[in-house]
Amino acid sequence: MAPAIEILGLEKSYMVGFWRKRPKRALHPLQLSVEEGEVFGFLGPNGAGKTTTLKLLMGLVFPSAGTARILGQEWTNPEVKAQIGFLPEQPYFYDYLTAHELLDYYGQLSGVAGKDRNRRIAEVLTRVGLTDVKGMQLRKFSKGMLQRAGIAQAILHDPKLVFLDEPMSGLDPLGRREVRDLIEELKQEGKTVFFSTHILSDAEALCDRVGIIHKGELRGVGAVESLTASVQGKIEVVWQGTQVPPSIKALGAEYHVTGDTVRAVMAENQQDAAIDALRRERIRLIAITPLRTSLETYFVEKLQHAQTTAGTTS
Amino acid sequence: MRTRRRVTVVASLCLVTSMALSVLLLRRIDQVRPQATLEDVLYVNSPKLVKRLSLGFSGLMACIYWTRTVQYFGHRHYNHEQSYNELAPLLEIATSLDPQLLPAYQFGASFLAPAPPNGAGEPGRAIELMQYGIDHNPDNWQLYYNLGFVYYTELHDYKKAADVFARGSQVPDAHPSMKVMAARMAEHAGDFETARMLWTASYQTSRESNIRKNALEHLRALSVDEQVTQLQAAVTRFGERSGRLPSSMAELAAAEHMNGVPIDPDGNPYVLTREGRIQLAKPDDFPFVTKGLPPGYKPSALPRFHVKG
Amino acid sequence: MSARILHIARNTFREAVRDRVLYNLIAFALLLSGAAIFVGQISIDIERLVVVNLGLTAVSLFGAVIAIFIGIGLVSKEIEKRTLYTVLSRPVRRWEFIVGKFFGLAGTLVVNTFFMAIGVFGALLYVAHRFSSSDRSILVALYFIILEFLIICALSLLFSSFSSPLLSAIFAFSLFVIGSFADDLRGFAGLTHGMTRWIAISAAYLVPNFSALNVISAVAHQQAVSPQLVLQNTLYALFYTAMALSGAVLIFERRNLK
Repeated sequence: MAPAIEILGLEKSYMVGFWRKRPKRALHPLQLSVEEGEVFGFLGPNGAGKTTTLKLLMGLVFPSAGTARILGQEWTNPEVKAQIGFLPEQPYFYDYLTAHELLDYYGQLSGVAGKDRNRRIAEVLTRVGLTDVKGMQLRKFSKGMLQRAGIAQAILHDPKLVFLDEPMSGLDPLGRREVRDLIEELKQEGKTVFFSTHILSDAEALCDRVGIIHKGELRGVGAVESLTASVQGKIEVVWQGTQVPPSIKALGAEYHVTGDTVRAVMAENQQDAAIDALRRERIRLIAITPLRTSLETYFVEKLQHAQTTAGTTS
Repeated sequence: MRTRRRVTVVASLCLVTSMALSVLLLRRIDQVRPQATLEDVLYVNSPKLVKRLSLGFSGLMACIYWTRTVQYFGHRHYNHEQSYNELAPLLEIATSLDPQLLPAYQFGASFLAPAPPNGAGEPGRAIELMQYGIDHNPDNWQLYYNLGFVYYTELHDYKKAADVFARGSQVPDAHPSMKVMAARMAEHAGDFETARMLWTASYQTSRESNIRKNALEHLRALSVDEQVTQLQAAVTRFGERSGRLPSSMAELAAAEHMNGVPIDPDGNPYVLTREGRIQLAKPDDFPFVTKGLPPGYKPSALPRFHVKG
Repeated sequence: MSARILHIARNTFREAVRDRVLYNLIAFALLLSGAAIFVGQISIDIERLVVVNLGLTAVSLFGAVIAIFIGIGLVSKEIEKRTLYTVLSRPVRRWEFIVGKFFGLAGTLVVNTFFMAIGVFGALLYVAHRFSSSDRSILVALYFIILEFLIICALSLLFSSFSSPLLSAIFAFSLFVIGSFADDLRGFAGLTHGMTRWIAISAAYLVPNFSALNVISAVAHQQAVSPQLVLQNTLYALFYTAMALSGAVLIFERRNLK
C-alpha cells in the first residue's frame, strides 16, 4: 500500500538581504514518508522548518527542488486536497463570518454536497464543542475557540489525512487535553495524522513515529517506542529515608537524596543485590522502574550532536 | 506541476490575445468617435466653467487643451475641411486656464483671423485674444507682435499695426525689429519687403510646425508675387521698346539679359501667355499668391501646406 | 469548477456588504436629493442637465472609489491575514480564486449601481416631472459606467496580486485618471518622433480607454449613443478585463505565500 505521505527531496531556499540577495536554506532536501493510519509527530524548535514543510505540502509555497506524493498522487494535484485537512499555525479566519457560515463556505469549497453539509457541520461543531456559538461572528472568538474552529474546518469534509501545525499552541490545559483526545479519536477512525509541535510530551503520548527537524535538516526519525527504549539496561530504585546503605554505595550506583526519598540508578543485574541490602537495613522500598530515555533526552542529544558535527550554522 | 504549467499557458495566451484584441477595438472605437477630444469643448465651452472643473489643476488642463487645439487644426487642415468653428473656444479655454501659454497666442494670430479655408475667419476674436494676452503678460513684446501681425495680414489696418508695433517696441527687452516694423508699417506698409520681414519673423520665432509651414507658404507666395510683378514690368518695357509682345519667355529673358528662363520657387518656368500675361505653371502649388494666376482661376484643391520639408 | 468560483464570488460579495460598503448609498442619496431639490427651487432651466450630470458623475466616482479600495485588498489582505491558507488547502485552484474574487466585487458594484440608478431616475422625475424617450440613453450611460467598473476591478485585482495596498491604490487611481484622458494621450503619442514614439504609442494604447466609456455630457444633452459604440465598448471592456485578469492569474499562480 502506498504511503500516505512521501516527501521526496523537497527543499526550499529564500533569497534574503536588501541589496545583494544571498540564498538562505529554510529546508534542506527532505526525505520522509508516513504510512496510512499513522500518527506522525514532526518535532523541532521554533524556526526549524516545520511550518515551511507544511506550507510546501499544501502548495502555499513552491519548492526550490524536489517533489512529494500525497495519498499516491502528485502533491500539486488539486483533487487530492479534497481528501486532506489542514490546520495552520495560529489560524485566522474571515472574521465577518459566523462559525456556521465559515464551515458552510469551506464545505462548499471542499465539494461537500449541499444535503450533507448541514449535517456534517452540526456533527463537527458538536465534536469540537462550538455548537452554542455557531451563530456568533468569528471576530468575537477567543484564541481557544478559534483553534477549535480551525480543527472543525480541517475535519469537516471527512479527510483521510489531516495536517495540524502546532495544534496545541495557545490552548489552556483543558483545551490541550481535548485536542489530544481528538487526535486519538482520529487515529481510531483510521485517519493519518501529521502534526508538528515543539511540545515533546504531547508527541510522546500520541505519536507512533516522530521526526526531529532542526535548522531545516531532518536529524532523526523513528518509532517512539524504539527511540525511548530502555537505556543500556539500567534501573532506578527509590526508597524511603535519607540513608544510603554502604553495600549499595559499593555497587557504584549514583544516588540523589531529595527530601525524604533516595533515588539510585544502577545496572539491571544489580537489582537483587540492592533489594537484599535494603531489606537487611529494614529500609522501605518505594519503587523499582526500568530507566527509559525520554524523548526530550533523545531530542536534545540529536540537536547537540548536530551542532558539534555541523560546526557552521546555516 | 503539470496543472500549473497548463494554467500558465492558458493565461499567457489569454493575456496576449485579449491585449491584441483590445488594441484593435480601440482603433475601431477611435474611428467611430472622430471628434472625441472635442466633446468636452462642444458641451463645456465656457472658460470659467472649465477652470472650475479643473479642480486647481488648470496648468495641466491648459496643456491638454493646447494639445487638442493643435490636433484639431492639423487634423481638419489635413482633411481639407472648410471650417474651424471650435478653434476660438479651444484657444480661449486654453489661455484662460493659463494666460501665459504664449504659443497659443501665436497660433491664434496665425489661424484665427484668416478666412476659411485658411483659418477660422474670426479676426475680431483674434484681436480679443491677443489683447487678453497682452493684458496678462504686459512685459512680453511678442504679444504685441502677434497683435500687430493680425492687423497687418488680415485686416490690412496699417495705421493700427504701426501703432501696436510702436507700443511693443517700448516694452523693455523688446527685439529691435519691433521699431523697424513700426517704421515700415507707417511708410512702406504695402511693400514686399515689409511683408517678407513679418513672415520671416513669424517663421523664426515659432517652433510649432503649422505656424512655420504657414509662414513658409506666405513667403513663397510673396516671392512669386514679387517675381511676377517684375516680369510683368519687363513685358511692358519690351512692349514699349519693340512695339509688340515677346513671342516667348526665352525672347524676353534674352532681352532682359537674364540668366536663362525665369523659374518659380519650385523650379518650374513661368508661362508667358499670348496676351502677354505672366503666369505660374502650377498655380495650385502656391496657396497664397495674389499675382500670376490665370484669369478666372479658382483653387481646385483646398489649402494645404505644400512645402516639402 | 464553476461552482467554486460562484461560492468565492458570493463570499466576496458578502464580505463587502458586511463591511458596510452599501452605506455609501446613503451619502449618494443625500447628495442627489439635495441637488435635485436645490436646483428645482431656483429653476434656471438646466435642472435636467444638472441632475443627469451630477447623478451620473457621482455614480461613476463613488463606484470607482469602491472598486479601487475594495479591489486593492482582495488578494493582499488575504495573504496578509493568512485567511488564504485554509482556502488554498482545499481543491480550489489559484486561478479560480482570482476569478471568483473578481465576480464578487463586480457583482457588488452592479448591485450598488442598480440602487444608484433608481436614485438618479427618481431625482430626474422630481425635477422634470415626467420621463421623455431620450432618457433611455441614461441607461446606456449607466451601462458604460458599469463597464468602466469591470475594468477598474480587474486592474485593482491585478495590482492586489503583487503589490501592497498603498502602492496598489496609487497605481489604480493613477490609471483611472490617465484613462479618463486616454484620447488626449493617444493624441500626444501621435505627435512624438523617433524612439519615444513607439514607447509612447504602446503606453497610450494600453491605458484603459475610459474616455470612450464616458458619455455623461452627451446623455445630459439628450444625445443618443450609437449602437455601434455600445457594441465596441462592450467588447473592449471584455477584452481589457480579460487581459488584466490573465495578468493577475499569472502573477498569483507563482506567488509564494508568506
